[in-house]
Amino acid sequence: MVVNWTALTVFVLFFGAVTILGFVASRWRKGDLSLLSEWGLAGGRFGTMVTWFLLGGDLYTAYTFIAVPALAFGAGAIAFFAVPYTILVYPFVFVVFPRLWSVSRRHRYITAADFVRGRFGNRSLALAVAVTGIVATMPYIALQLVGIEVVIAAMGVQAAGVVGELPLIIAFVILAAFTYTSGLRAPAAIAIVKDVMIYVTVVTAIVVVPMQLGGFGRIFAAVPPAKLILPHPGPGTFGSYSAFATLAFGSALALFLYPHAVTGVLSAASRRAIRRNSALLPAYSIVLALIALLGFMALAAGVAKAPESAPLFKQYGANFAVPALILQAFPNWFAGFAFAAIGIGALVPAAIMSIAAANLFTRNIYRAYFRPDCSPAQEAQMAKWVSLVVKFGALLFIILLPQQYAIQLQLLGGVWIVQTLPAVILGLYTRWLEPKALLLGWLAGIASGTWMAAVLDFKSSTYPLTVGGFTMPGYAAFYSVLVNLAVAIVLTIVFRGVGAADNEDETAVADYR
Amino acid sequence: MADSSEGRPAGRRRASWSLWLLLILVPLTMWVPLYNRVEPTLAGFPFFYWFQLLSIVIGAVLTALAYFMTKND
Repeated sequence: MVVNWTALTVFVLFFGAVTILGFVASRWRKGDLSLLSEWGLAGGRFGTMVTWFLLGGDLYTAYTFIAVPALAFGAGAIAFFAVPYTILVYPFVFVVFPRLWSVSRRHRYITAADFVRGRFGNRSLALAVAVTGIVATMPYIALQLVGIEVVIAAMGVQAAGVVGELPLIIAFVILAAFTYTSGLRAPAAIAIVKDVMIYVTVVTAIVVVPMQLGGFGRIFAAVPPAKLILPHPGPGTFGSYSAFATLAFGSALALFLYPHAVTGVLSAASRRAIRRNSALLPAYSIVLALIALLGFMALAAGVAKAPESAPLFKQYGANFAVPALILQAFPNWFAGFAFAAIGIGALVPAAIMSIAAANLFTRNIYRAYFRPDCSPAQEAQMAKWVSLVVKFGALLFIILLPQQYAIQLQLLGGVWIVQTLPAVILGLYTRWLEPKALLLGWLAGIASGTWMAAVLDFKSSTYPLTVGGFTMPGYAAFYSVLVNLAVAIVLTIVFRGVGAADNEDETAVADYR
Repeated sequence: MADSSEGRPAGRRRASWSLWLLLILVPLTMWVPLYNRVEPTLAGFPFFYWFQLLSIVIGAVLTALAYFMTKND
């Protein structure tokens, strides 16, 4: 494939512009960047609009733009579980997260593990929450690189060996540098540019491509009938119905437990900003549904049949469907713009994720276990270094190991992160659950969820649970968090029954309002 | 949502009622047989797809309603 110079020039121009923006952002709503709450949470001063862009930029990652349509392209209707997933997630945030915001503001918590330590007075439980967050986030950062990698390849920039990885390395050095200097302000500023670019790209695609292909009727007609809707379950099973529903429900529960989502919520200036956002974020759900439809448009446009795309489809599989569609449907300059939108779409979440992981490590591992007496400046400096380590870890991961590992680990990450739900979410409402019981429940959830994924060879997260001859395929995160909850509840009753319950709690009922 | 509304003024009680209303979204999206069909199509979209797009709008309206009802919260 020859280098597409027009597209590449546009791409580099936009990439360069947001890099400058990333560095300048350190002066935005200026604060003392040698404090962790300023570097890692931007002082908690973001209003409704910035929070909206930040959360949107945070949650809809480059991998989303590539992988969701790729799933629609390859597997059809099941990919649309992403729609009920986003329908459920914002009401959930609306109801639950103002409580986390209030209690965190009152007690100066900057991570979910901070809250768990304060609420339950148990360092091990807080450590479990922190480690789960970091481990679940790492492969997620690595996957952002897959997004950049695919669009760079689509512009014809390919070489063997280390030279071939050069564009990726450059992109990541840029990312690491502006995150280090500007903290959360950088991705927040860039998120605004990124979202506008994504909206322009998606709206253009949704208008132009159906016109080229002869309307939505034609597009849906190109989808094989067996994949157009979910297959009806046979006897003795819920089939794809329970898989679809639990994938949506489990993903909705997991999403806001991810450290980068918590960071986004806690950087908001008020409870009202969170609530207003939850009411406004469904605008992104519409965009996500349209993005998923791009997979069907790629099918209808017959992108897989174009001979020049064949080697890239061989290398990236269905992940090349959207880039191929963009190349086929648009002039080169607009393709460059769209690819820049996806590439920048990788930078924003990767930056926030590395900041969130750094906050967790510094607050809940370094300060909690190694340097309880460290000064605020030392704490912030440590977090800046950790954000670098986390990103280069992700970079090495993607360069040295097969891409499949990152995908499988990200899949496991969703199963793991949801295990913090009883402590973090139920903990916002009740102190009845006993910390030792929560810790053992967490362990049971991690073990059962990992076991389910292992049984499936880490290829899928849909576990065929069979009870009395009836099969209910469902998302492993959903089943394993039920195991977790059952263990936590039963053991709480036991611990309370034998008088071994721990009741320490530094928060008060009024702190949550 | 687990907040008890006992002993609160009427405005508060109405506010928590609007939060419970959000629960409608769970069966609406989770009961797959409800919308796993092709017909009736709308502007070329099979029912499965336009129903989900409609559900996003319903979700947004209910959340906006809850927002205005809990304004004094």
